[in-house]
Amino acid sequence: MLEAFMEFFRQLADDHPRWNFIFFHEPRQWARIVKGLQYTLWLSVACVFLSVIIGVVGAWMQNSPSKWVRGIVQGYIQFFRNTPPFVQLLFFYFALGQFTPAVTGPDGWTEIPIISNVGWAIISLSMFAGAFNVEIFRSGIEAVPESTQEAADALGFTRLQTYKEVVLPLAFRVSLPALNNNLVNLVKTTTQAIGIAVPELLYQCVSIWNDYPSALYPTMLLLFVSFIILVGILVFGMHRWEQNARIPGYGG
Amino acid sequence: MKNRSNPQPKIPGIQSAPRTDLPVLKPFTARAAGEVDDLLFSRWLTSTPAWAWLVLVLLIVVWPGVTAAATNYTMTQAFQALWRWIPFIVKDGFFYNVIISFFAMLIGTLVGVVLGLMQISPSGFIRLPAKIITQVFRNSPWLVLLFIVLLALPFEIEIGDKIIRIPDWMKAVFGLCLPIMANISEVVRGAINSVPSGQWEASESLAYTRQQTLWQVILPQCFKRMIPPWMNWYAILTMATPLCSLLGVEELITLSRQAIEAENNRPELLVPFYGFALLIFFAYCYPIARATIALERRFAVKL
Amino acid sequence: MNQVPWSDDQPIVSIKDVHKSFGDLEVLKGISMDVMKGEVVCIIGPSGSGKSTLIRCINALNDIQSGSIEVEGIEVNDKKLNKLELRKKVGMVFQQYNLFPHKTAIENVMMAPIKVLKQSPKEVEDIARNLIKKVRLEGKENSYPGELSGGQQQRVAIARSLAMNPDVMLFDEVTAALDPETVKEVLVTIKDLAEEGMTCMLVTHEMGFAKEIADHIYFTDRGVIVEHGSPATFFDNAKDERTKEFLSQIL
Repeated sequence: MLEAFMEFFRQLADDHPRWNFIFFHEPRQWARIVKGLQYTLWLSVACVFLSVIIGVVGAWMQNSPSKWVRGIVQGYIQFFRNTPPFVQLLFFYFALGQFTPAVTGPDGWTEIPIISNVGWAIISLSMFAGAFNVEIFRSGIEAVPESTQEAADALGFTRLQTYKEVVLPLAFRVSLPALNNNLVNLVKTTTQAIGIAVPELLYQCVSIWNDYPSALYPTMLLLFVSFIILVGILVFGMHRWEQNARIPGYGG
Repeated sequence: MKNRSNPQPKIPGIQSAPRTDLPVLKPFTARAAGEVDDLLFSRWLTSTPAWAWLVLVLLIVVWPGVTAAATNYTMTQAFQALWRWIPFIVKDGFFYNVIISFFAMLIGTLVGVVLGLMQISPSGFIRLPAKIITQVFRNSPWLVLLFIVLLALPFEIEIGDKIIRIPDWMKAVFGLCLPIMANISEVVRGAINSVPSGQWEASESLAYTRQQTLWQVILPQCFKRMIPPWMNWYAILTMATPLCSLLGVEELITLSRQAIEAENNRPELLVPFYGFALLIFFAYCYPIARATIALERRFAVKL
Repeated sequence: MNQVPWSDDQPIVSIKDVHKSFGDLEVLKGISMDVMKGEVVCIIGPSGSGKSTLIRCINALNDIQSGSIEVEGIEVNDKKLNKLELRKKVGMVFQQYNLFPHKTAIENVMMAPIKVLKQSPKEVEDIARNLIKKVRLEGKENSYPGELSGGQQQRVAIARSLAMNPDVMLFDEVTAALDPETVKEVLVTIKDLAEEGMTCMLVTHEMGFAKEIADHIYFTDRGVIVEHGSPATFFDNAKDERTKEFLSQIL
């Protein structure tokens, strides 16, 4: 079954020289694609997870009574929202990467930095998306009326309990559409990590078509379709989540 | 009818009643109600406090001093190098960023408006392809689109026996206009859908055809509402133009890199040059974002 | 925390010369009143007279600038007030019901005893079901607030406050946001409570209801108590001009 599949594409490559689906009939190229997909998925999952945490913590810090804490959060948000994420990636990897300590590799000679380029990509992209998330969660928290918080207060809840039981569940449901939008955006932005040589999907595809110019069109097609599917799954999943989180009386 | 002796508190700018009598969530802007804010980017660009940029400038100025301590390449030399290169970088670099953004916006808007109008067509044959194109290009990473367009488009076309070479930046324009047209199409569709259905019904009962209704009643109302999101997208587009540098298009970042190489790749130059890139983008986008917010306020929708 | 030993013969809520300002605007200009255990007190007056503010001060939702409020011996104005202790004794029902929309009716009622009083869910559930039955909402335990009418939500809110087993119940214009038809169902619930001996303080516009259940009526205007008395003396023999004017406007 697999052999017939691969044979078909080999034949196709012979008949139509510009449509060489090389990754379908050469296991080594397929391995590259798989590796690229793994990196993209790994980047996406790690960044989504970290950026949500940053968002929650940042939104909490924004309510802090201390002016310094609030100022720091504001500064962080302004910097990461008003600069291109691509330039942020470059800055983190090249400028900050200079200062990270390095350990000597197993051969006793090469210097391996503690944070690899993938690590910097995750840090940079998480902070980028996290900045937007702080704002999103803050709007969500603001949308919960004070009177509901007061009712919880009047029942004897502590501030922390009010947050956990009343404010956060409601704020979360309000933030969900904007959060989904941001997360989809994040997944699309992971392609920019190619600028610091992270071997994600785009990078692998570029390598393939550099090595095999005849595979240019098929690889582009694969790239395009892969992202459509990836983003499509995410959008669909988020939509389902929104549906499940609906509460009667709110939303339309 | 509800007998309220204590009406809901008045919120400035909102004249309509809350959508539900359950006071769960405050009646407020699209942002709080969970819809995506069209002007998210511009709003936050303009709300950057002055001190944040002061801090950035200070950082850029201080950084070479920090690294200079370790070498004998002084801070002054770094900034002198930057100063020497600025005319070149701006004239031959940033200029192209602006050109690319301008043309991409132009083409993207024209096609986007057409797509948007197609999306509201009653005929499924027209609506469906438009919807698909919009969703596909909205959900694709911009960099992927750039790669595909820049590598798939031929770099010269033959018309008769004249060979016209298409410069790289023109291909970048085509690459960037794809996501823009999809997003403008969504802006148009959203604006048209936000006009109350009462307008359509009123025009219909006055015997307007669909075309007449669209062009004489609906679109004039939408036009003002579309301008702020449109400007917002222009700012986003401009911020995205550095991506072209990955494909060898000569623009600000490419030339900055070349300048750094010409200056023997000293690491002390990284922060001044890239810092300058950040500042010049900010200087360009900030007035646009301010104008966007000001226009939005002027055109504020009274429901 | 200041806790004076308290016994039944002393006022359960004692308010002495309370002054409250919002910034430069003084809203309460020296209010004093005593409420005995089991009494039903109604506070009426025109908008802006400070009625709601007073009620909220009793529950420490607003702070006061001078004067004292004591609830069962607990000094509310104390900086070191243990709000939890106060809130266990005082229950409050708001005009805007303020139910938690993401929990069902019974979960709303059960939440506070479980989380705050740390009681076991099993016993709380029984109590909650009884309370819901008491406010005549049997069958609606698993409905979300968004599925209930205004009057039903208000009754759930009353059940929610009762679940904490308070000694004093405060009602802040609880029927003001309801349809006339649903007002009655809520008033009946409050009447039942009053007849069972709960100390109630109501801010209300419902004059007929006030006349029916109140032991004592206070009329406030512009931050002071103008006149007070039992319903009979108050409605029929009002002494002050302002009171008479107010009553003539409503009745």
